[in-house]
Amino acid sequence: MTEIHLTGRAASPGLAIGPVTVLTAAIARRTASGDPAQETTALQAAIEAATTEIAGLIETLQGEVADILEFQVAMLEDDALADTAYAAIATGAAADHAWRATLDSEIAGYLSAEDEYFRARAGDLIDIRDRVLAHLSGADTVARINAGSVVAADDITPSAFLAADWTRGGAIALAGGSPSSHVAMLARTRGAPMVVGLGPLSWNGHPPALALVDGDSGTVIFDPEPETRRLFEQRMAAANAAQAAAEAGRVAPAYTGDGRRIAVLLNVTAPEDLAGLDPEICDGIGLVRTEFLFEASHGLPDEDTQYVIYRRILEWAEGRPVTIRTLDAGGDKPIAGLTVDGESNPFLGLRGIRLSLARPEVFRVQLRALSRAAVHGVLKVMLPMIAVPSELDRAGVMLDAEVAALRAKGIACARPPLGIMIEVPAAALCAEDFGAAFYSVGSNDLTQYTMAAARDIGAVADLNDTGDPAVLSLIARTVEAGRRRGVEVSLCGDAAADTRLTTALLATGLTMLSVAPVAVARLKAAIAMVRS
Amino acid sequence: MHDINASRAANAFAPLTASALLVNPVGLHARPSVKLTQRAKGFAAKIELALAADGPWTDAKSPVKVMRMKAPQGATVYFRVKGPDGEAALAAMLALVHDGFGEV
Repeated sequence: MTEIHLTGRAASPGLAIGPVTVLTAAIARRTASGDPAQETTALQAAIEAATTEIAGLIETLQGEVADILEFQVAMLEDDALADTAYAAIATGAAADHAWRATLDSEIAGYLSAEDEYFRARAGDLIDIRDRVLAHLSGADTVARINAGSVVAADDITPSAFLAADWTRGGAIALAGGSPSSHVAMLARTRGAPMVVGLGPLSWNGHPPALALVDGDSGTVIFDPEPETRRLFEQRMAAANAAQAAAEAGRVAPAYTGDGRRIAVLLNVTAPEDLAGLDPEICDGIGLVRTEFLFEASHGLPDEDTQYVIYRRILEWAEGRPVTIRTLDAGGDKPIAGLTVDGESNPFLGLRGIRLSLARPEVFRVQLRALSRAAVHGVLKVMLPMIAVPSELDRAGVMLDAEVAALRAKGIACARPPLGIMIEVPAAALCAEDFGAAFYSVGSNDLTQYTMAAARDIGAVADLNDTGDPAVLSLIARTVEAGRRRGVEVSLCGDAAADTRLTTALLATGLTMLSVAPVAVARLKAAIAMVRS
Repeated sequence: MHDINASRAANAFAPLTASALLVNPVGLHARPSVKLTQRAKGFAAKIELALAADGPWTDAKSPVKVMRMKAPQGATVYFRVKGPDGEAALAAMLALVHDGFGEV
């Protein structure tokens, strides 16, 4: 028997090895009564029983997992779901046929959606369909999965996933499926590696006995040769050791394998991100997004509201540097009453610093709040979407004016250093021409503007690669500009948390990376592996 | 953005309309739909939503129908509300959308 290599899409990270459980759809038999009234009652009872069953499951679960099932309950409780089925039963259809046809048509509607998130919801509708069918026939159609096994199937429902024990290993290898599906979310929370989109799994009558699942690279090997299995087991052992070491090293400062000190900073989206977090795990905060202040429904935040929140973050940091980014609205982050609607291409429109300069009455409030907070710690202020030096200069003049006005009124304040984000290739190419106090590479936008490819457009997502030599060379150029001008350069985009890129990023000369709190341990472990 | 064109001179229950931009990352999918319909069910008013100012209108109290709209991120959602607690209902709907259903 030769081993079979299949490549799909990674949906949940991690490595797993286990015996294969091939799931096939169980078809239950049911004898219809032939009486519309009885069939209607049977369907009603089955829907109610399914709803009660899921509600019972929810009580044992929390958070995301519970939300997924609450969606199913909401759908089942909505009469609109079964309307067509009841109409068909009234004209003589059997309850199970009517229900299946109705749900299949609903599912087809989801599968035809352009948006992957909506397509992925088809899995929930299939789950609902099968659970009600099971109650109609009195049979158990929720497939059983043995603990520790690798499930091979076309797709798998949240119910089937939740019915299995994932604490003893196991993984999922699907012919279809989606990384956006609820099952994928469940797999990530339970730590079960998952690969989707492997294509048809045909065994010619000989289903595989064993599988190796690589949820990091999105590959599956069925019936591996002994040597392949041995190498895979070595990788698993190394990954487990790295995970343990990473957790242990979370509070220690980060050094590369050859002793270079790398600052690991935090990205903060809202003050709640810092709750329960020990400031010891980081060298400061590399990015505080301030959009959250503006997204609430009660209009633009006033100076005191902003000041209190900025001050709280500075106090949390206990003297470590905190970089707060001024409002970065526009593009994919519209804000009611502030951003411009209907731009033909919002990513090339009035966003970031462009919007702040166009709306000085809003920008000045933020600058005043920041200047007041600056006396409570080490604050740096970062301007997003800078393309030309005059934008930084204009912001600097406004900041000076606000500081002077506060001082004139005797209000405690300090002028924070003003740095710029490097997101626009123009700024990366000419970084040295900016009188910035620091540079921070926003790798998400820098990548999409350099490669002219959005990461949320599947057909071109491959091009959206921060590891591309063109993007890396712009980062290296920025680092070099920082070195010549004697100012710090950090990187705060998603690439910082992508440990496959750590070696390449540090090779550009970067010594400061900023990531979400959950990624700190993993990043520090990855840094320790880097040798130049 | 949330220009409430309330014309309730003659009729206390004249329809109220407003629109808002969907800012949460994945549009009006599973969790946001459930939140929206649960909130809508708390009001006596008839609440409808649409992806265009002139409809077609969808019952905001039906998660099945709201999901069928497949409203993506960046879409503008129009609300049409009619009933005794219409103003509060409309405000609640707009607040949910502006807050990104708590997902942003």
